[in-house]
Parts: sequence; structure tokens; C-alpha cells
Amino acid sequence: MKALRSIIDKYKPLFERGGKYEKFKPIFETFETFLYVPAVTTPLKGTQIRDAIDLKRLMMTVIIAMLPALIFGMWNIGHQHFLTIGGDAGFWDQFFVGLKVILPIIIVTYAAGLGTEFVFAIIRGHGGLNEGFLVTGILIPLIVPPTIPLWQVALATIFAVAIGKEVFGGTGMNILNVALTARAFLYFAYPSQISGDVWTYLGDKTPIDGFSGATPLAVAYEASGSGNSVVETLANANSVLGEGFYALQNLFMGYIPGSIGETSAFWILIGGLILILTGVASWKVMISVFAGAYVMGLGFNAIGANEYMIMPAHYHLVLGGLAFGAVFMATDPVTAAQTETGKWIYGFMIGILTVLIRVVNPAYPEGIMLAILLMNVFAPLIDFYVVKANKNRRIKRATTI
Amino acid sequence: MSKNLKLRRGFDIKLAGRAQKKVSEVEVPETYALKPTDFIGIKRPKLMVAEGDKVKAGTPLLYCKLMDRVKYCSPVSGEVIEIRRGPKRKLLEVVISADGKMEHETVEKVAISELKKMSRETLVDILLTNGVWPNIIQRPYGVVASPEESPKSIFISAFDNSPLAPDYDFLFNGEENYFQAGVEVLRKFTTGKIHVSIDGKAEVSKVFSHTKNVELHKFTGPHPSGNVGVQIHHLDPVNKDDLVWTVNPYGVIQMGKLFLEGQYDASAVIAVAGSEVKEPGYFKTYKGANIQSFIKNNLKQNNVRIISGNVLTGERIDNNGYLGFYHNLITVIPEGDKYDMFGWILPTVSTLSFQRAFGLFSFLNKKKEFVLDTNMKGEKRTFVQTGVFEKVTPMDILPTYLLKSILAEDYDEMEELGIYEVIEEDLALCEFVDVSKHNIQAILRNGLELIQNS
Repeated sequence: MKALRSIIDKYKPLFERGGKYEKFKPIFETFETFLYVPAVTTPLKGTQIRDAIDLKRLMMTVIIAMLPALIFGMWNIGHQHFLTIGGDAGFWDQFFVGLKVILPIIIVTYAAGLGTEFVFAIIRGHGGLNEGFLVTGILIPLIVPPTIPLWQVALATIFAVAIGKEVFGGTGMNILNVALTARAFLYFAYPSQISGDVWTYLGDKTPIDGFSGATPLAVAYEASGSGNSVVETLANANSVLGEGFYALQNLFMGYIPGSIGETSAFWILIGGLILILTGVASWKVMISVFAGAYVMGLGFNAIGANEYMIMPAHYHLVLGGLAFGAVFMATDPVTAAQTETGKWIYGFMIGILTVLIRVVNPAYPEGIMLAILLMNVFAPLIDFYVVKANKNRRIKRATTI
Repeated sequence: MSKNLKLRRGFDIKLAGRAQKKVSEVEVPETYALKPTDFIGIKRPKLMVAEGDKVKAGTPLLYCKLMDRVKYCSPVSGEVIEIRRGPKRKLLEVVISADGKMEHETVEKVAISELKKMSRETLVDILLTNGVWPNIIQRPYGVVASPEESPKSIFISAFDNSPLAPDYDFLFNGEENYFQAGVEVLRKFTTGKIHVSIDGKAEVSKVFSHTKNVELHKFTGPHPSGNVGVQIHHLDPVNKDDLVWTVNPYGVIQMGKLFLEGQYDASAVIAVAGSEVKEPGYFKTYKGANIQSFIKNNLKQNNVRIISGNVLTGERIDNNGYLGFYHNLITVIPEGDKYDMFGWILPTVSTLSFQRAFGLFSFLNKKKEFVLDTNMKGEKRTFVQTGVFEKVTPMDILPTYLLKSILAEDYDEMEELGIYEVIEEDLALCEFVDVSKHNIQAILRNGLELIQNS
């Protein structure tokens, strides 16, 4: 290990100020700090010891929390693939089909994103890579359909990193969630590749007769005018693929087509549990998103103007990307509300808006993406009032005594 | 009204090397120093002595140009052997070689009962000219108090629960009479109350529990509940245009001694603690002592950082350095000037974290005493994580917003967010837990200076 250190020390001067490759210091620094925590010590005055945590470890914890959903997603791509083409396959066959699909997406996302970050770091001439992208680089593959063209992934990632984050100053400065910016870019720039029959990876095979690519959310929305209950419609939908294919239990476990990592509420909640136990993400945001969605669902139950509205409220919690959004997207500390009171309001509003968009707006079957992006924009406003309340308490204190 | 307050937020950093409760004898240090840099906000200190001058304990050595009545005095009798200056001739240390005779400048002795009859002006004058005054710190800003002003109340925190802090009841054992006398002096300075806060968890404090003419409060909870700033926030907060004073018990006792014994007594019991000290313990010495005597043959290894004060707010000093004016603790911990391979992801039980992110297992062992070095343990980043500073700040203050307002130099915002209520020590834990490794105390001081000089 000493040898490695001495190699690094040997080449380090080349990247320092005045060195031959001075411009590429951010890249060198990124790799060096990946291998070693720097030997920098605390200032002479002030706190002389520091907590063992740093941003790298924080971000790695998020990545670890995403692994259950990612691994399930890999398997599920293969599972859906063989179900839909009518073939039989074992666990590993299914898993490898998924791996073959998802690995290129992850690689392309990282390459495009890190490339963009490095370009900005070199232009700015300071700082290494911000660890934030390590998380974004996994998030983006998890929220796209398995059939997404790779060039679109690259384009969306570059757009999101450059316009969504770097122009604001990089990690910690962005207003919108970076991964969702990529998703929104795809949604509005290439709608045909991110809606319709894109949720099942078929390869060059053809699906069996009677297969419909409609997602549970689309099925639920279409049921609203039909006079049949949504629950029944879901249970009967796509029955060529299996009895009760869109039934509640399947929806919860995620054995359905959809975005790569978004389908299984179960595995996402395992990740959520990791985030809560490690204290890395705000449990307040997670709980309040679910609470908001449930309350809005109950509200629609009370209105009951169509079948979709009277769908049991808990269905909303397992449908679509709500769980994924609540656990991994809404909790992004940079774009969420930053005050503790604000987090409750922010999460609750996301839940409400998601269900509102789903049920009422015909253009968007899924609401979580737009709900989170919208609340990202409003988060500073929520915080503004929470901070103002803090200031007012101080003023009040001064005047009453 | 006495209050009994339980604070939940905060964090006790448990470090190895706590001082054994026993006062040990060592070679008496030969030199002592007064360091103007110990006094925050001191501008252009003016020397009153030159190298070679003979001084007594209590002889004024220098004063601050802005508050020329406040004299900073020699802790021991002897000869001024060196006046050390830094870049731009900044005055760093006035070094005195002790003659071992301990001659004192003297003032008239007064009985406690007489103190009440003395005028405020007389008391102020005696405190100012005899070196005791700098113990009085004013809030806002945490600087030496101005003798021309009257605070709305005065606060004394009678315990310290910062890492490895000495036990005040042990330090000040048997000095309750002086403490009471000091309180009587302080009562002359304010029309408000004198608040003394004791540790709610500890046994009844012999020194402080029976103090008369004060409001006695109990604070329970993890550090920083022992910080006087936190106590002020819960007892009688500093609003805009408010002025309060704080005095460390050592300062109160020194005031008492000045009047009861008629001399400036800079003697002090100090703790020498930390994982790298062979035999952590207490020593009797004088303020400003050269620390060599305490660490000679008493260190486990040489790559160490010696800190005057505690690990959260202290200052690194040389192994030939001097104890700070406000400090009663020398902490010695390992330097962290080494690379740590994959240190950002490998699971660890040996380093401490307030948090529980992947691989940080210190939370599983709440009793363990840690050996922590001075490594930053990560690189500086922008503010990312939220909600953590609040968990270690038991006040109705939003540290992140306050810090951002300072960075933006937004004066109104700083004021509205409560900058007057905090000084460095109150946000020291934020600096410890910060994922993004900001130097929060330095940022805060910068903000305080901006406001003070505006």
C-alpha cells in the first residue's frame, strides 16, 4: 500500500499549481481522495477533532439503500421479459437479461454525468468532483424505462447535470432534483420513448397475444369513466400474464412492468428503512409524502365523482413511482425543505399533488415527478416562512419582556 | 425563580484520558506568559513594560487601546524576559521568568460585609487596575466587558461538560467563600439578577449550591448544556440592544480573593488530559504557565497536538507554549496528519461520529471513550445535509441559516437570526458534526466582527 501512496505522491506535483497538468487537478484530486482520506488536519484554533462522517460516506449510504431496489429491478426486467414473450426461465436467466439492460444505462449515465462534472470543474479551476452525482448516477437508471435508448440517457444526464445543477454552482446549490430533471427532460423532449408500450424489455422478441403495455396507473385512469371499479379492472388487466397481475399484492411487491427501479414498494421501503436507521434521509419527508397521498386519496373517496376517485386510498401508495419518489427523491436534502417544520409541509404537499395530478389531470398518468419538481421550487418559500417564524419569536421575546 | 431545565439536544464527546481527581506535584514552571491573543477583540495592545523590567504578580503589563482602563496583569512576580512579536509586529506573548518569591501588588483587604458599602466606581477601579476585569465577558460578541456599561443580568455557569473538562467542584474545592465575595462584587454592577447554573445530574455542589443572593438554576443534558450561552438563551435571552455579562467561576473567585486577600491571585488548578497523556491529572500552577513541566515525560508519543483548552474550542500551542488566560485544561491528542486508505467507506468502531451513516458504528457503544486525532476526516464541501446542526444546538436558533447569512454578509438577517445570542463555543459542536467540514467557529467570529464593526 505504501507503494501506491508513493506513486501518487510522485505524480501529485504535476497537477499542483504550476504543474504540467494543473488544469486536470480536479480529476486527479477526485481519484486521490477516492483512495485516501487526505492527511489534512484541523485548524489551529477551533474544533480540533472532527466527526468521522463526510459527504462521500453520506452519499454511499444512499447508494447502498438503493441497492435492494436496483437488484430487484434487474431481476424484474428479466422476469417481465420472459413473462411477456411467453418463455420460461430460471432466476439467473432473468437476472442476466436485466443486467444486460441496466448495466449499459448505468455506465452511460456515469460517463455522461461525470464527464459533464469534470468539464465544469476544469472550467472553474477548483474543487474535485462533488459526490452528489454518485447518487444521481444510480437514480437516473432507476427511473427510466428499460427500453430507453442510451443516447437519450446520455443527453438527459448531460442536460440535468449542466442545466439542473452546475449552472447554479454545483452540488448543494441546485434548486431542482437532478435525477428528476433528467426524467422531466426525457418526458417532454422524447415523450414517445417514455410512454406507451415501453415498460417491458422485449429485445427482438414479440409479446404473446393479449398483452397490453399499459401501466397500472394508465389502467386505473381509463377505468374512471367505464363504470367498472378500478380495483376489479386492475385485477383483471393483463391477465394473459398471470392471474391478478395488477392486484394489490403484485403492485406492492413490484412484479409488474415499469421504470427499472420504481415498481417494488417493498424493496424501496427496505431502502427507506436503511435511510431512516442511518439517519441519512429525513423520515419526516418520507412519512409526510405517504400521509399526503393517503389523505388526498381519502379526500377523493369522499368526493367520489368517478371510479378512479373511489379507488381505495392505499392503492395510491403502491401505484406508480410514489414510493420511490417519497424515499429517494423527495428526501434529497439539497432540494427539499431544509427546516424541520418545513419538511412536514413539503412532504405532505408532494403527496397531495401527486394524487391530484394522477386522478384529475388526463395528460399525466403519473404525478410524483411533477409534484416533487414543483415542491422543489416551493421548498425555499416554505423555509422562508418557517425561518420567519423563528425570527418573529425572537422579536416577540424582545418586546414582551 | 430558580429553574430546573432539561435539554435533550446536544452531544457528549467521550474521549480517553480523563484527568484523575488528584493534584500532582511537578517541577514548577520557570516562565509564564500573558498572551494578548487570548482576548478576543483586543485591538492594538499597548505595552506598559519592557524586557528586563521587574514585575510583581498583579503588575499591569499591557492595556487595550480601545478600553485603556482595563489592565492585563502579570500572573507571577519576576522579570520580563521576552516580548514576542509575530508578523507586522503583532504582539503575541509577554514572557515573564518567575523569581519564585511570589510578591504581589496589594490592595486594601475588605470583609465581605464591607463590600456592599463600597461604591460601584471604587469596585470597578480596583478590578480594572488589578487584572481581574478581563474575566468579565460581555454578550453579544463574547469580548471583555466595557466598564462603562451595565448589563441587564450576569450569568455564571458553574459546570463544564465539554470533552475532558475538569470538574469545577474539584478545581474550586474550599473556595466557596471567595465565590460568595465575588458574587457580592458582581451584584453592584447590575440591577438585574445574577444567575448561577449548576449541573442537574451531579451531586450537590459544595462550592456553588449554597451561594446566596443569586438565582440558582439546574441544567441537565448533554454538552453544550454547560455553556453559559445556552443557559442565557433559556433563562434570559439576549435580544437586540441587550447586554449581559458572563463570568467563569474562576473569575468570580479571583474577584473574591482580590478583595478578601488584597491581591491578584492567578494561581489555578488545571487539568492535563487526553489520550496521549501518560498520567492525566490535575496540577496546581498559575495562569499563563509554560506547559513543559506538565507534559515532560508524561506523553505517550511525540506526534501529538497540544491544546490549551478543550478539543472543541481550544487552541493549538507548541510543546513549549503557554496556558491561555481563560483555560483550565491542557488536552493532548494525536495529530491526524496521515492518509487513510478508503477511510471514507470502511466500517469503523474506533472513530466517533454523531451520525450513523453506513459503517459508523460508534453509536452502538455509548460508554466507550475514544481516541480521536486531528484529521479533518473528509474534504470541504458546500452545505448539503440539513437538520443535524439543530440536533446539537439546544437553542431556538437555525445554525445553517445563520451561517449562510454571515457568508452572505447580510447584517439584518444575521441580527434577526440571533447572532447576538451565540459565540464560538455555542456552535462548536456544529463544527464537529459538519459533514461538509466548514470552520464554523471562524465563520461565526467573522460575522460577529462584521456586526460589531458596522
